[in-house]
Amino acid sequence: MTQLKERLVVIGNGMAGCRAVEEVLKRDPARYDVTIFGAEPRVNYNRIMLSPVLAGEKTFDDIVINDEAWYRDNAITLHAGRAVTAVDLEGHKVVAEGGLEVAYDKLILATGSDPFRLPLPGADLKGVVTFRDLDDVEAMVEASGKPGARAVVIGGGLLGLEAAYGLARRGMAATVVHLMDVLMERQLDESAGYLLREALAERGVETVLGAHSDEIVGEDGKVAGLKLKDGRVLPCDLLVMAVGIRPNATLGKAAGLQVNRGIIVDDAMRTSDPAVFSVGECVEHRGNCYGLVAPIWDMCRTLAEALTDGESVYQGSVLSTRLKVSGVDVFSAGKFAGGDGCEDIVFRDAARGVYKRVVIEDGKVAGAVLFGDAADGGWYFDLMKAGTDVAEIRETLIFGQAITEGLSGLDPSAAVAAMPDTQEICGCNGVCKGAITSAITSQGLTTLDDVRAVTKASASCGSCTPLVEQVIRLTLGDGFKAQTGPKPMCKCTHHPHGDVRKAIVELELKSMPAVFQAMEWTTPDGCASCRPALNYYLLCAWPGEYVDDSQSRYINERVHANIQKDGTYSVVPRMWGGMTTPDELRAIADVADKYDIPSVKVTGGQRIDLLGVKKDDLPAVWADLNAAGMVSGHAYAKGLRTVKTCVGSDWCRFGTQDSTGLGIKLEKFMWGSWAPAKVKLAVSGCPRNCAESTCKDIGVICVDSGYEIHVGGAAGLHIQGTEFLTKVATEDEAIQLISAVMQMYREGGWYLERIYKWMARIGLDTIRAATVDDLDNRAALFARFVKSQETAQIDPWAERATGGVAAGEFKPMATLPLEMAAE
Amino acid sequence: MTLQTHIDPDWRDVGAVTDIPERGARRVATAQGDVAVFRTGDGQVFALVDRCPHKHGPLSQGIVHGHGVTCPLHSWVIDLATGHPTGADAGKGCTPVVPVLVRDGRVLLAQPVMAD
Repeated sequence: MTQLKERLVVIGNGMAGCRAVEEVLKRDPARYDVTIFGAEPRVNYNRIMLSPVLAGEKTFDDIVINDEAWYRDNAITLHAGRAVTAVDLEGHKVVAEGGLEVAYDKLILATGSDPFRLPLPGADLKGVVTFRDLDDVEAMVEASGKPGARAVVIGGGLLGLEAAYGLARRGMAATVVHLMDVLMERQLDESAGYLLREALAERGVETVLGAHSDEIVGEDGKVAGLKLKDGRVLPCDLLVMAVGIRPNATLGKAAGLQVNRGIIVDDAMRTSDPAVFSVGECVEHRGNCYGLVAPIWDMCRTLAEALTDGESVYQGSVLSTRLKVSGVDVFSAGKFAGGDGCEDIVFRDAARGVYKRVVIEDGKVAGAVLFGDAADGGWYFDLMKAGTDVAEIRETLIFGQAITEGLSGLDPSAAVAAMPDTQEICGCNGVCKGAITSAITSQGLTTLDDVRAVTKASASCGSCTPLVEQVIRLTLGDGFKAQTGPKPMCKCTHHPHGDVRKAIVELELKSMPAVFQAMEWTTPDGCASCRPALNYYLLCAWPGEYVDDSQSRYINERVHANIQKDGTYSVVPRMWGGMTTPDELRAIADVADKYDIPSVKVTGGQRIDLLGVKKDDLPAVWADLNAAGMVSGHAYAKGLRTVKTCVGSDWCRFGTQDSTGLGIKLEKFMWGSWAPAKVKLAVSGCPRNCAESTCKDIGVICVDSGYEIHVGGAAGLHIQGTEFLTKVATEDEAIQLISAVMQMYREGGWYLERIYKWMARIGLDTIRAATVDDLDNRAALFARFVKSQETAQIDPWAERATGGVAAGEFKPMATLPLEMAAE
Repeated sequence: MTLQTHIDPDWRDVGAVTDIPERGARRVATAQGDVAVFRTGDGQVFALVDRCPHKHGPLSQGIVHGHGVTCPLHSWVIDLATGHPTGADAGKGCTPVVPVLVRDGRVLLAQPVMAD
């Protein structure tokens, strides 16, 4: 038989293989005699739409791309359900199951990728599936048919979340287990990940983050649960592994093609054999393997050009992602940031649950993450791909295409000037430009705060603040005054400390991302100024609920020792009320010898400081001190440090009360309590004041008739004597009152604001009214302090000495004997 | 079939990305002194010589935010990508950047290229 046409054989009947054929037919329908091999026994369908099929939102028929008629009409021979077993590059032919041989002139490998299966014990149990093809979907649908069935999905990426959502839609209790602390961490930053987690919870999908899978537990050969490394077992009837894919390059490799992670292709999609091409997820191009559909379309266009004598160069693809979970609008594209010269523009609208972040690098869009309102995703993606210079539209870029293009060509103030009076400026409160200008002129307003108070413009989400300021500036000219009032916490927010503390309690914000979103932070993850403050505010507001974020603590509180100028640390064991014993002193001396600690110093707070401890030695030093019965002195803490005492009535001829005993009681009761800043107490046995109580944050002076309580002293940068608060009759009353003052300060102080500054701000009378005059309030403050102490009194040294907590903190990640390069 | 990883001879594997806390850092000890390897909130990894240009504070012990780290000694903010101080301290010295890359979840640090 005379061969009229060139023979094109395609291995792979998936999205890449068929699209490649479509593209070729579009360019030159008569050129090739096409044969397609597919391992699945069905026609070509849209694999990325399997999620809606699983969720019951679409049927298989809806997602078929090319039906049987297409193969017939284009005279394509389809071998469905027949896997190719070998490629003979020399003989220009492929061999399929059953011995079928087909010769080719041009060959396309479009073998896709395989789902990655974690090699966990129990992975071969019945009920453990992946999420890759229609068979998987059918298995999942079947499992969801059983009433009360539970599913666990390993993998919090795109695929895993879509699987879990689909299963939840089918009535299963679905839990996603993810190794990382952020869902879809390759596409989303922490803020968007947080919102996604909340949105999924609303849709019945629970998430367990930072979870290491250990073992799949079975019963009668069938999956029964997933055991995590921390010992938790999540019971389930179905376990889906959706942890990733890897290029299926087996056939190409066996044939002798050059293969790295995937089949290596050049910019024309040609493999190391000139007659063989490859496209799709099985391919490695310029070191990249892709797992999304857009690059496949790009590759297929280039390949079709090459197969029809055209010229086109595939240069790799820029990626964007959308999550296919109904009602959850998520978009991500490009990189989150690019380093040098790169900046973030962040927009948060707490009321609508919207978060947008655009990353600018060298005046161009380098990436974008959108949650809740992803309508402009395509626009940002286009700007990014085109490399458009966005310097001109930077100010309005984050508001999206409509606003930006509406103002294009005008400088922002001219644009605002050109706005009609009816133009809405503040969407939250429905305030238009005319209402603002007339309020300014009729009532003589001069500041943003005034305008906010009178018109409500920019009083809610605050995102229109720059526009409102423009309107004021235009209306007043030089009469405009910059914002006054309380200073914002830091450059990440417009809100002062007080507003943030209030919101944490009133809006029940219980995590840092929740605060960032609700209070519309303008940076992705705060800074070294606001993060330690927020961490404290959350701990204080939600004791026992909020989990301390060690990465948001200053180094001293993170490693529970004081960093010194040379990078070594100092360690101060607790000596209750300043008392010690020969055994404790011996233990301290032994530790100093054993770890070669250069300096031992008595502190101003009557404790012993071991100075110059190497970080790596800290856990061992603590273990030895713990073994001698000593715990951390919290000398590094924004919290209770010491209670200094004199010897009081026990020894002193002037002492009126057991000042040492009261000091010990206070310290044992109050230790471990975090506060806005360091807190030092003292108890003196008589007005001679040997414990220097009158320059402490809270001081007690014992007198014959009871205990004088003093507050607000300082002997640091600022020297200040205490103010007399009141006198009480008994030790118990003294402890209760002091705890109540401490709690009032804990709840009301700004971070790093010492008690004396806090007192200057709110007034001694306020403190007296709340803790001395109002006994019910004193009792309530005391009760909250007691409650907080339930979860606070854990010795951080003991936790770390055993290696159980933060083990990685004290050891280098690696030790390299060789020198490292530095640029 | 296992996923093939290719590690060039001049890159040294120092551990998994997940060994570094998010918004945190780990030290890598070398003959030349410590290298600080950072992992940012958006999952990027950077490496700098573990020494602030100001008073040589160990940057690995600072607070990581955005793509910067605040030195634990005197709160200079160093850009992780460039090693340059930012804000008011810009232009006052620089911390050397150590080339780093992440491949298949592993962190690789560059070894110096042999001198000619």
